Amino acid sequence: MSQVVFDPAKVMDVDYTKRTEYHAELEAMRVSRRLLKEVAFTPSLPERGYNGRTLHVDVGTLAVTEKPVTPQMKDLFVGGRGFGLWHLWNAVTPRTRWNDPENEIVISPGPVCGITQYAGTGKSLVVTLSPETEIPIDSNVGGYFGPLLKFSGFDALELQGKSEKELILFIDGQKGILRLEEAPVGPVDSHVLAEVLTALYAENDADRVNVSVVSSGAAAGHSLIGMLNFSWFDTRRGCIRLKQAGRGGIGTVFRDKGIKALVCRGPRVRGDLNRPADLETLAKVGIKYHREIRENDPHQCMMRRNGTAHIVEIMDAYDLLPTHNFQYGSHPDTHRIASTYWQQRCTQVTADGCWYGCSMACAKGADGLVLKTGPYKGHTVTVDGPEYENAAGLGSNCGVFDPDWLLELNFYCDTYGICTITWGTLCAFVMECYQRGILNEERTGGLKMTWGNAEADLEMMHQLARGEGFGRIAGQGVHRMKKIFAERGWGDPRLLDDIGMENKGLEYSQYMSKESLAQQGGYALTNKGPQHDEAWLIFMDMVNKQIPTFEDKAEALYYFPLFRTWFGLAGFCKLPWNDVVPADNARQPEAHKVPEHVQNYVDLFTATTGWKITKEELLVQSARVYNFQRVFNIRMGKGLREHDRAPYRSMGPVTREEYESRAERYDRQIVEEMGLDPSGMSLEEKMAAHRRWREERYRKLTDAVYLRRGWTPNGVPTLERLKELGLDALPEVVDVVRQHL
Amino acid sequence: MKQLRIDVGRCDYGRHCEHECEHACAEKVFKLKDPAMAALHIRELPDGKGVAALCDQCGDCVVVCPADALRRNKPGVILLDKKLCVGCYMCVGFCEKDVFERNPEWLEPYKCISCGICVKVCPRAALEIVDVPEPAPRII
Repeated sequence: MSQVVFDPAKVMDVDYTKRTEYHAELEAMRVSRRLLKEVAFTPSLPERGYNGRTLHVDVGTLAVTEKPVTPQMKDLFVGGRGFGLWHLWNAVTPRTRWNDPENEIVISPGPVCGITQYAGTGKSLVVTLSPETEIPIDSNVGGYFGPLLKFSGFDALELQGKSEKELILFIDGQKGILRLEEAPVGPVDSHVLAEVLTALYAENDADRVNVSVVSSGAAAGHSLIGMLNFSWFDTRRGCIRLKQAGRGGIGTVFRDKGIKALVCRGPRVRGDLNRPADLETLAKVGIKYHREIRENDPHQCMMRRNGTAHIVEIMDAYDLLPTHNFQYGSHPDTHRIASTYWQQRCTQVTADGCWYGCSMACAKGADGLVLKTGPYKGHTVTVDGPEYENAAGLGSNCGVFDPDWLLELNFYCDTYGICTITWGTLCAFVMECYQRGILNEERTGGLKMTWGNAEADLEMMHQLARGEGFGRIAGQGVHRMKKIFAERGWGDPRLLDDIGMENKGLEYSQYMSKESLAQQGGYALTNKGPQHDEAWLIFMDMVNKQIPTFEDKAEALYYFPLFRTWFGLAGFCKLPWNDVVPADNARQPEAHKVPEHVQNYVDLFTATTGWKITKEELLVQSARVYNFQRVFNIRMGKGLREHDRAPYRSMGPVTREEYESRAERYDRQIVEEMGLDPSGMSLEEKMAAHRRWREERYRKLTDAVYLRRGWTPNGVPTLERLKELGLDALPEVVDVVRQHL
Repeated sequence: MKQLRIDVGRCDYGRHCEHECEHACAEKVFKLKDPAMAALHIRELPDGKGVAALCDQCGDCVVVCPADALRRNKPGVILLDKKLCVGCYMCVGFCEKDVFERNPEWLEPYKCISCGICVKVCPRAALEIVDVPEPAPRII
């Protein structure tokens, strides 16, 4: 593939300051809010990344308490996802379900989160019991809420209980006041709500950058796939922007708790609010990295121009772009949604980035979109993205190659508060069911769910937002749709199992793993279900060919889930780790780990916390939390080998058409990998041979990965492994494991 | 816009001067003792030539600043609003001339403000402030 060349002259001329304004909604919200409770607190700044206290709010009783962050919490869990999992563990029992009041939503920024000198340092981690998987889900998210929460005085926010009223929680870190307010009327959808609340809670226009809103949307309340939007105020555009904690239905829990929004108003951000141990090192490492972006990004990934959508055409060229529910890996129309288009469509001559100092700046904004459907038809809006996952999930996987429709789908997912990745995969499943006659117009209530029918796709989403029709069934997700269809006698349950791209109840994200054994494991041998947060191995496996042997792949499934977990403990974004690399990276040993950047992270963590770690200790920090999460899953009734089973569509060709689309490759594998002669075999026999070979290969991979991770063949962390990690200090963790040994 | 320029035919890169330009910039403008911390850099090279690094007010730093803390004033000179600066140093890392400066003692970085003090003290009259058209913001 040749490098895409950016031509500034082709960037569309769109006024990025113009969009529909919501004055009436602002007034409605202003007059209808009612104070329920006000509590004073002492604002504080962190010391070496930690405040030493968390904030617990019971939205049912309105009780507000502060809890200390103990040395053991820091030692065992570091922060971020670690703190979230630990608080959740203490809040729930094995019998707790997602919609029980004791379930918590925990937002924790991590100790490094909030530094401004390095790219991708504004991430907070959100943890809850997932409505989709019924085990803990964690989702990392940008936007300003996490850093502003920390600079107001808290290392984590725990939300427990259920409110009968529509509730707004306002944390004013400038004045030391926390307010619980009822907001019975006014908008729910995020693009309006976050804009309105930012204006309401800022003291003046200049203060808007100090306000961040967490909200969801209308569709989250009628589905299991709700997500959260975290806002920040974009001063140049003059509007709020949104980043998403997408996976696993956290927005559904949020709405079930009766929460309309969280608002944090923090102090004005400066470069030293985290009060790091060694600001000079942060500055030096940060400037070195900014220079690397300046010099290398234009001829590497072009993240500053394209965002993550830069890999759309690469995935297509390598037959890895999910197309028509992961049946195929490419499509002739991909060029219409490739990076060459998005770099023209997105506004370029402005600063992007979902936290200060992010020189990678992948949060591209597409301005001036006039909506064609739904309650905001005719409105001019700014859409974030589309990121790669959205282009592939809402686009190629559903056969949608019209970029304006793709943007509209992206917009409505965001504002309605549902996960774009999940929606893409579940809609692709619905469309394949429609293709195969499992669904039809009668069963969908009139929706013609043919490939590429974006209007029907959007109508299904609008139905969900209204809590009506087939959209409401779709909003249950693939796992439950399979059951519903089977119970109604729609389709062969085995076929539904094969083509329904979910594991543990979570929908797959947007990579074709059929030919990548490493990514098959990267999806299904995960703690929280198939996403690319834990083990995004497809690129190094299939494009860069850096893990060719079986042993390499098993080792990668040990190392990378741990390495990548660490970003969510400390408060980092993963993208700056390998979406740009030093010019000499390819010549370094273990180039796929990007060793210079690993050292950057070690240095940044040490310079912030004063806690001297090595790259090996970094992995141990992760391993504690990763294994703790595995035990948590087991405690909640999942987390064993049977739950790491992958749908066959993720491993090989389910249908004749899929086999025939890659017949030459598959026939060759019958000769070279299985030692059989395909010439005398029927297509069904060839498919059966592939299935045996591929399932056996996945079984062997599972064995090897479990062994490397220090788990039993049933996927349970051994007592030795727990002891090695110091988790034996938690008797309740050991008790869970003992029951499964 | 007001832009600092150097006449490379006149400047001899410190062979017969005391780097008065850097001293004056560091001491009088930024109150720093070390001339290496000036907002312009004049260096003699071993091959007998030299190199000058000057801010030309190109505006790249304005485009990359995530806090909107860098703006042009009426004469077109880019100034940092310290009240808005978040200390991310993207302006430092993205400056192709490496003349967006940082003092480890300060949180905010600093840069040439085209004040002309260096022009006044140059014994060889190699520096001047010129008035040139403002460039369009560059996509970087």
